[in-house]
Amino acid sequence: MNGWSALDRFLQTDPEDVGCEQAMEMLHIYVELVAADADAAGHYPGIAAHLRACGPCAEDFEGLLAAVAGSGT
Amino acid sequence: MGRTLFAETKRCGLCRIVIMVSADPDAGGTRPSCAPTLDPDSAEWLRSLSATDRERDAALVRLHDLLLRIARGEVHRRSGQLRLSGPELDDVAHHAAADALVAITAKIGQFRGDSRFTTWTYKFVIFEVSTKIGRHFWRNPSVAMNAEDWDRLPDRFGLEPARELEWRELVAALHQAVDEVLTERQRQVFVAIVLNGVPLDALVAELGSNRNAIYKMLFDARRKLRAELVAKGYMDTEPERRL
Repeated sequence: MNGWSALDRFLQTDPEDVGCEQAMEMLHIYVELVAADADAAGHYPGIAAHLRACGPCAEDFEGLLAAVAGSGT
Repeated sequence: MGRTLFAETKRCGLCRIVIMVSADPDAGGTRPSCAPTLDPDSAEWLRSLSATDRERDAALVRLHDLLLRIARGEVHRRSGQLRLSGPELDDVAHHAAADALVAITAKIGQFRGDSRFTTWTYKFVIFEVSTKIGRHFWRNPSVAMNAEDWDRLPDRFGLEPARELEWRELVAALHQAVDEVLTERQRQVFVAIVLNGVPLDALVAELGSNRNAIYKMLFDARRKLRAELVAKGYMDTEPERRL
């Protein structure tokens, strides 16, 4: 791994990133779109951008997706 | 991942809510509106939770059991990243389910039917698990909150010791930028998360803040630091980006 580029990537910010609050507000809708193989990132590019950058929200997304998949919904 | 629930999505021009149009033609999916029709399971949850006495109590017990199952699954899923064992994990799950149930019953009027009711409730319990794991970090912290060891940075970003000559100057420039361009609060957040490896949710708990505020602070710090490093010629120019 090139550490220099890893540091550069970490410092880069995405203007479409909506932040945690908005992403979490819509996460249940986003997850159902992902679970249904719909274009969730296309409909919510700001949430997709946020989930790429925010580890805790990405973890919640993975957890909610696993919960939905595991419950058969 | 199972059957297709929605044929397409549309965004309401008035309220910006994304409407999911059912794939089932019998479900009236051809005329989207921003008041989507509830699926039968969700409608039944709402009905039973708004019933009186015994029926509502029974629904609350069922919902709690469901939330506890989801919480247990989530703490198990995250257990590899945690310093918690079986009983502690189950304790986190129980507290998360109980607190999620309280939050759900308080906010049930905010459920707009834009997802299944259960998906909406799972979100609460997943968030509660995150919050409790963040708080749990400080019971046995692996780092001091106010430590500031810049020797950790190379490890954090995989900077190889053998190539120190290449990155030493960049790290020194980053250190200088942290000292000079960040506010005191941004600096505190950057040092805790980036240098000390404090999980963001743990920092939220320690500072009595919320995830959005801490993320925004780190976001602004990242943007300012990169701009400074670009200005000094250490990184390539990128368009200015804002949250």
